[in-house]
Amino acid sequence: MSAVAADDLARPAATAASQRHAASYEPRRGGWFVRITILVVVILWLIPTLGVLISSFRPADLVETTGWWTVFAHPFRSASWTLHNYRTALSAGGFGNAFLNSLAVTIPSTVIPITIASFAAYAFAWMSFRGRHVMFVLVVGLLVVPLQMALIPILRLYTGGAAIGRLVLFPDLDLGGTFLAVWLAHTAFGLPLAVYLLRNYIGLLPSSVIESAKIDGADHFTIFWRLVVPLSVPAIAAFAIFQFLWVWNDLLVAYVFLGGTPQNRVLTIALQQLVGARGENWEVLTAAAFISMALPLVVFFSLQRYFVRGLTAGSVKG
Amino acid sequence: MGSPTTRKATAQTGVIEPEPARGGSRPWVYLLRIAGAIAIPVVAVVLLWATFNYLRRTDVNRALIVVVAVVVGVGGIFFLYWAMNRVVGFLPARYREGVRPYVFVGPCLVILAVFLIYPVINTILISFKDSTSTGFVGLDNYKFVFTDHDMLIAIRNTLGWIVLVPLLALSVGLVFATMADRLNRRGETLAKSMIFLPMAISFAGAAVVWDFVYSFRPQGFGSNIGLLNGIVMGLGRNPVPWLDQKPWNNLLLIVIMVWMQTGFAMVVLSAAIKAIPEGIIEAARIDGASELQVFRRITVPSILPTIVVVATYMVINAMKVFDIVFVMGNPEGRGTQVIAERMIAWFFIRGNNGRGAAIAVVLFLAIIPVMIWNIRQFRRQEAIR
Repeated sequence: MSAVAADDLARPAATAASQRHAASYEPRRGGWFVRITILVVVILWLIPTLGVLISSFRPADLVETTGWWTVFAHPFRSASWTLHNYRTALSAGGFGNAFLNSLAVTIPSTVIPITIASFAAYAFAWMSFRGRHVMFVLVVGLLVVPLQMALIPILRLYTGGAAIGRLVLFPDLDLGGTFLAVWLAHTAFGLPLAVYLLRNYIGLLPSSVIESAKIDGADHFTIFWRLVVPLSVPAIAAFAIFQFLWVWNDLLVAYVFLGGTPQNRVLTIALQQLVGARGENWEVLTAAAFISMALPLVVFFSLQRYFVRGLTAGSVKG
Repeated sequence: MGSPTTRKATAQTGVIEPEPARGGSRPWVYLLRIAGAIAIPVVAVVLLWATFNYLRRTDVNRALIVVVAVVVGVGGIFFLYWAMNRVVGFLPARYREGVRPYVFVGPCLVILAVFLIYPVINTILISFKDSTSTGFVGLDNYKFVFTDHDMLIAIRNTLGWIVLVPLLALSVGLVFATMADRLNRRGETLAKSMIFLPMAISFAGAAVVWDFVYSFRPQGFGSNIGLLNGIVMGLGRNPVPWLDQKPWNNLLLIVIMVWMQTGFAMVVLSAAIKAIPEGIIEAARIDGASELQVFRRITVPSILPTIVVVATYMVINAMKVFDIVFVMGNPEGRGTQVIAERMIAWFFIRGNNGRGAAIAVVLFLAIIPVMIWNIRQFRRQEAIR
């Protein structure tokens, strides 16, 4: 309250003051202290990645014998640069196959939880039914479950099913090593956060829009599909990036449910195995690491504006 | 949010649904509808199952498999909801709107029940059994969790992670976000993107990245190509085996997590800072507040709810940390064990189900207070709203 009043009072003064005390307002557009601090932090944050980026373009013997920073002494000597590492990683390491597998895991593992969570979030926010609040609290409470805790029981379900006596609760579908196994697992692990974020956002949509659609005779499915989903694009995109980065970079779930065979392995597993099998072969490792980073970076840079806006829409308002 | 009258109106329109006048009274129409309601999901499941079996084949081109997998996975979920909604449409009119919410919520609850609730119950049961889950051993596994030498080190290390990761990531993220706010638009976007960059890197990728920083090779085993040792040697000293320095190596691993997570904190906090009304800050400046005072008295209190959300998220993540410790190698030899890593070690590597499960349950119980604290914060927030 007082802040608003102060704001109103300050306005006319601000224009007058800004002419007199222009110097004191300069920091608003970044003094040297601010710029230099930011530059230092950015450089600190980039150096580790930079080392790998430079190494990935250097010949094997040079990577083995000299530090990556030595290239700055002779940056234009052609003998110190090569594309060989990328060629090796892509062909010999079987990375093409792993890249495809990663796509087959990641895209459905992002879309499925978003779809399921959006329907659930809409119901929690705009439909009235018995047990609504209890169910919502239960779903959000499951944020707590550590991923590791769920792996073994799920693996058992996949390979043996579950039954009490002769009553089959979960049939033995022999799902181990299939894409469906990984999709369902990632869906379950992503759902609590997705429902939580989306319900926050969908619940904040103006009720007048939804009520008027109802009066016009639209049923819930139509309202959801034609109205709520388009309005929730920022929140959906934010969670999509989050889930995409998480699934693409996941090692554990893919390893447990899909396995590390050359046929099935995803990019992170291939990378991990390269570390194990090749030990000190830095040069191929570096190229491989950058291949695995490429797609997430593209996704992030193209969608980052949604990420900021959507994810914080709920929390900032409070 | 709205006066009582509008709220009542909302409740009423929520109940009164448009009811199609056709059908429903004659018995054969009724039967046909029921039959349709059963047939559609059966057909849907059979169709999806057939394609999943196709995906198991190994003799087909991999690229084709991947395309089919993506189409089936993405299309299948939409198809399922569409089919279920049609099924509800076939039901007699008076049940329709009572059933529909459960169609919307149902899949979510079923998946969570199978994949999260069932495992929790199962793990709790296993934690009271022996290594092969055949006989009950009472509380022996829990006794192990709190007495075993490696476990105690893991608990100590995890405490370090829980405190340091949120603290460092939040403070760097907060200061950086505040400062970047003062740059011009392009400079700000660029700077923030650079900090966010590590978020896009997998833990396995991060391991490669940080190997180039911490690498150490003893005399006669090749030259030292790690950045830290490059600096140390440049200063004329002997190279240091960084990751073998107990207990400081834990700190070096924590740095990796901070490096990866600061971007998240920074982006979310930055958005919150932008939501602070400009006028408040301007007014404080005119009243003669220094930049530091503005930061402490206005910026931080205004975005406190967001800080709580981010901190909670980071604490839970730090509790569950496993990947970094695992891929950087040899946690037992180096004394860098953490609780989640111990759990994996006992369950998967040593094959002791009981002990692995007990560690998991302890981890689960340890997270509960954090969630309770968090839910309280949310309640307080909503009360204000």
